[in-house]
Amino acid sequence: MFSLIESFYILLLAGFVGFEVIKRVTPTLHTPLMSATNAISGISLVGSLVAAGSDQFVSQMLGLVAVTAATINVVGGFLITERMLKMFKRKERKQQ
Amino acid sequence: MTNYLLEITYIISSVLFILGLKGLSHPESARRGMHLAEIGMLLAVIGTLLGQGIVTWEWILIGLVVGSAIGTAMSIFMPMTAMPQRIALSHAFGALAAVLVGINEFIVKGHEITSGLMGALGFEVLFGSLTVTGSLMAFGKLQGIVKSAPMTYKGQNFVNILLFFITVGMFMYLVFFPQNILIFGTMIALSFLIGIFIVLPIGGADMPVVLSLMNSYAGLAAAATGFAINNKVLIIAGSLDGSSGFILSIIMSKAMNRSFANILFGAVGTPQVDTSSLHEDRPITRFNVEDAKFALEQAERVVIVPGYGMAVAQAQYAVRELSDELEKRGIKVEFAIHPVAGRMPGHMNVLLAEANVSYDQLLEMEIINPTMDTVDVAIVIGANDVVNPAARTDKGSPIYGMPIIDVDKAKTVIVMKRSMATGFAGIENPLFYEENTKMLFGDAKKVLQELVAEFKKN
Repeated sequence: MFSLIESFYILLLAGFVGFEVIKRVTPTLHTPLMSATNAISGISLVGSLVAAGSDQFVSQMLGLVAVTAATINVVGGFLITERMLKMFKRKERKQQ
Repeated sequence: MTNYLLEITYIISSVLFILGLKGLSHPESARRGMHLAEIGMLLAVIGTLLGQGIVTWEWILIGLVVGSAIGTAMSIFMPMTAMPQRIALSHAFGALAAVLVGINEFIVKGHEITSGLMGALGFEVLFGSLTVTGSLMAFGKLQGIVKSAPMTYKGQNFVNILLFFITVGMFMYLVFFPQNILIFGTMIALSFLIGIFIVLPIGGADMPVVLSLMNSYAGLAAAATGFAINNKVLIIAGSLDGSSGFILSIIMSKAMNRSFANILFGAVGTPQVDTSSLHEDRPITRFNVEDAKFALEQAERVVIVPGYGMAVAQAQYAVRELSDELEKRGIKVEFAIHPVAGRMPGHMNVLLAEANVSYDQLLEMEIINPTMDTVDVAIVIGANDVVNPAARTDKGSPIYGMPIIDVDKAKTVIVMKRSMATGFAGIENPLFYEENTKMLFGDAKKVLQELVAEFKKN
């Protein structure tokens, strides 16, 4: 099941894609970028779910804490990113 | 669900993550992008729940419910001013999940652990655990629980380097003898320590770099998790996060004139500089609120340069009111944002956007600098080192070479400051003694409110 080389290919290519995409992120949105990537890195949730859903007690407990922590990141991260992005408005919508 | 279906779900998730981040290239497309990323996350979770041979559900449910409740509460009740702390805290959570998954993998695989798997697990728990404690330390400093001033002691570098090599040594031992649980545990404990130690000597103004670095490390931990449990979506999402933190770290280090190597290894501690070398004897010119109003009324173009002091004084709303008053009089108002102004990347932008400043008024340093000599009045609010012309002219200055916003080139500079105290780095600022610089002392928020009231009189 363990395919090191294949994983390295993916790591490198995804890294390059990430670099090119994120280079173009406007500096105005650097804080939302941080909280968005934070939410996305909550993808550890996937691994945590597998652990929490196994049939071994130790894994379940480690998984429980991991699922909680990762969910805080995913849910909180996306919500706060949206809250921030909602604030970035252009003049015409501004009052006065 | 068959394995293929699961893999396809993960591929779609990965694409949605990339498209989501691509949306952040412009405020218009950003929210739609985030929706895509959210769908991606939902797909990955549903796919995992259905396709990864899950047999017990109660712990998953509890974790999801508790996590969602805490996450939602945090994002609703946390004020925008606490955003740097929240970001720091969430890095800790993400990394904690990665560490726990790694420990679980170590226990479950037991005697089947190969050198290759150990390599992945090692990176996962190393990056993960130093991110957990490093981010918690950053959180403590930002929240004021831990003293935010740099904490240094004799031989600090030696201790850190020694710790680093011992940990790396243990890691290498484990790659050859993967089943040694004692070494594995000690290695994790040591990297928790390293996390604390590398943030100890870092002061408040360097927090943007720390947060970027932790962002990157948290991503690398997630990517390593993907290696360990052979899950491609984890590798992809992790490397996106990693490269994001990497790019932000580069931007921040350039803006602070630090070498990237210096920052990459966490040796970010500011050298506490000798301030006696440069002492100004020239007189300063003071302004009161009426003088400021008079100068502003005559202006055609005004540039406002906010710094951390604006955040501390909670002056962003008053700033926006002033900008409204000026615009009502047909004066062009722009905001010049230095990349490291504040405590996290983009800090000033978020605060000003919250106060309803239009995002097309928020300009980067590189864009505003070439036109600075056509600016009639530049208002510096709670910023110091990022407008210090010594960075351009004084080779002996510790910030020499650091890119600054060239406010001194504006026809008039109004500096709002509480007192003549030096900035974070403790460096004298010759800007304050220039002929075209006018000092307006007082609490930024109070002074701005008085200024706005003055404008509203007529």
